[in-house]
Amino acid sequence: MGKYIFSRLINMIPTLFIVAIIVFLITRMIPGDPASVMLGPQASREDVEALTEALGLNEPIHIQFLQYIGNLLQGDFGVSLSYNQPITDLIINRFPNTVVLAVSALIIAFMIGVPAGIISASKQNSLIDYSITTISLIGVSMPIFWLGVMLVLYFSVNLGWFPATGMGSMDDGFISYLKHLILPSITLATIPTATFARITRSSMLEVITQDYIKTARSKGISEFIVISKHAFKNAFNPLLTVLGLQISSLLGGAVLTETIFSWPGMGLLIMDAIEKRDFVVVQSTVLFIALIFVMVNLVVDILYKVVNPKISYSTNKGGTK
Amino acid sequence: MSDTLLTVENLEVQFRSGSSTTKAVNGVSFSLNRKENIGIVGESGSGKSVTATSLLRLIPNPPGKITGGRIVFEDKDLLRLSDKEMRKIRGNEISMIFQDPSTSLNPVYTIGNQIVESIKTHQHLNKKEAKEKAIHMLELVGIPEARKRFSMYPHEFSGGMRQRVMIAIALACNPKLLIADEPTTALDVTVQAQILNLMKDLQHSIDTSIVMITHDLGVIWETCDKMLVMYAGNVVESGTVQEIYDNPLHPYTWGLLDSQITESVSSEEELNAIPGSPPDLSLDITGCPFAARCPFAEEICLKKTPEMIEAAEGHFTACHFQTKEHRLDRKEGKVHDRSNIKS
Repeated sequence: MGKYIFSRLINMIPTLFIVAIIVFLITRMIPGDPASVMLGPQASREDVEALTEALGLNEPIHIQFLQYIGNLLQGDFGVSLSYNQPITDLIINRFPNTVVLAVSALIIAFMIGVPAGIISASKQNSLIDYSITTISLIGVSMPIFWLGVMLVLYFSVNLGWFPATGMGSMDDGFISYLKHLILPSITLATIPTATFARITRSSMLEVITQDYIKTARSKGISEFIVISKHAFKNAFNPLLTVLGLQISSLLGGAVLTETIFSWPGMGLLIMDAIEKRDFVVVQSTVLFIALIFVMVNLVVDILYKVVNPKISYSTNKGGTK
Repeated sequence: MSDTLLTVENLEVQFRSGSSTTKAVNGVSFSLNRKENIGIVGESGSGKSVTATSLLRLIPNPPGKITGGRIVFEDKDLLRLSDKEMRKIRGNEISMIFQDPSTSLNPVYTIGNQIVESIKTHQHLNKKEAKEKAIHMLELVGIPEARKRFSMYPHEFSGGMRQRVMIAIALACNPKLLIADEPTTALDVTVQAQILNLMKDLQHSIDTSIVMITHDLGVIWETCDKMLVMYAGNVVESGTVQEIYDNPLHPYTWGLLDSQITESVSSEEELNAIPGSPPDLSLDITGCPFAARCPFAEEICLKKTPEMIEAAEGHFTACHFQTKEHRLDRKEGKVHDRSNIKS
């Protein structure tokens, strides 16, 4: 097991390297240069050139890339051009906010989506099954930027229940913090909730026709235990895969949600950085998210073993199964 | 306490799919005394497994439904019990083991967990006592190093060992009735005999009756006291094993006997098989369900459904030509001549 984890960690390096190259190239393709954005439209040509030179942006692109990678290898994410702060600090400030949002969304999604899928499967072809399937189909197809705006319009503007934007501070009390959190996390949770419901349903449907479910029923245990213990644990594997993918997509989906609600997380940081042509911030934050992505996938692969005792890990080529 | 453990009267089970209704079991009746074993034999689709599963009310509903009849266990009419009362019977007074031990144990729980679950559902034992009881059961069914095996998963056992575990689960609460749905079909031939012997041994030590579902007449000769021969959802012959072994009456039973592979079958000859296949049970059948495949069928067989009649002492069969007064001559081996039927 230790060997397996080690080889998986080694395998991450090329993945992250490729992500770094792609992000580096894409950011350079965005029209506009950071120096003129930073100095504003009134700046003189000389000032802009001087700043460009000072930022090291006149170097050939491959030299810039090598410098960037060199710094990364020393654990240095670089310094933001626009904030004038080490990017590590920016990430340390912003990432916990994104985590709070993503985790709340994930909890909502799991608490609603999974039971909905289980109910749907155990009452297959009933009215409640059709309702859940229809609602979750709408859920997965919902554009979340639109949903976010609608929620703000109704609950913040019309009803005034929740603040429209920003992140409350714990200093104003937990209630205020929670109020700020509710709309963004519901918005972010929509797609994962619907996805969990759909995956849980199809996975449960497959499991409940298995012989061991008949065995469980023949023991005289209650239907609730048959479903929640015997069926659900077997139906959990596909759900775990989707869970891993959803965590990553929550971090990605957070860009939209954070922008709508001005939530000061990683997503908003990336959006700002793109507008300001702050290449270094974009590169480093995207790379950081990629790192989170591969780590989550590794954790998921390890969890498979916990859920399914049949899976064993061999170390050859880092393959699973 | 009466000696009758189980009485099944006119059991009917139907499966609905879309607009068609399949009559899987069509009026099956039998009774079983304590410590007695009954075998139900028939080919695939004859309704034998559905009959067995109905006894525990485990037919998946929808699409399946018990549409008629009575199942009386001791003095309880099982079809009238609430779900909760039925659960008290399942695994406790009536247990079941299934055909394929590789799929009938839950792959994600240890076998210990699965036995303990059954014990704790019906008996007031604490965790430790339940574990000891479970280990005792594993030893009883002949699992070596039971204590160590207790915390192993089903995939770490061979097929025969898994079936032993299933038997341990089924017998953990000393049930009065054990329903065995083709318990040896999925096993190696060498293991089959071991499992049957184990079941017979344990039956004597805990006084259980067995309903043995099989398509293998040999299993019935080995283990049962009485038997039913089922065809297309109907019982076509019933009686004591001894009587049917010595004096089989129904042409379908003859077909089953002839299609057994015995020492006398040489490798040169074609195997004897009953020509054709069972009727589609979603269509109404007029006449004898076996008529279309029966070498003795005549016009009456296509028109009139034969009743179960007592053709010999304690030996019932449903055939127009097998009565106390009249008997058919059994032609052993292949019988393809169907010229006597005008259709």
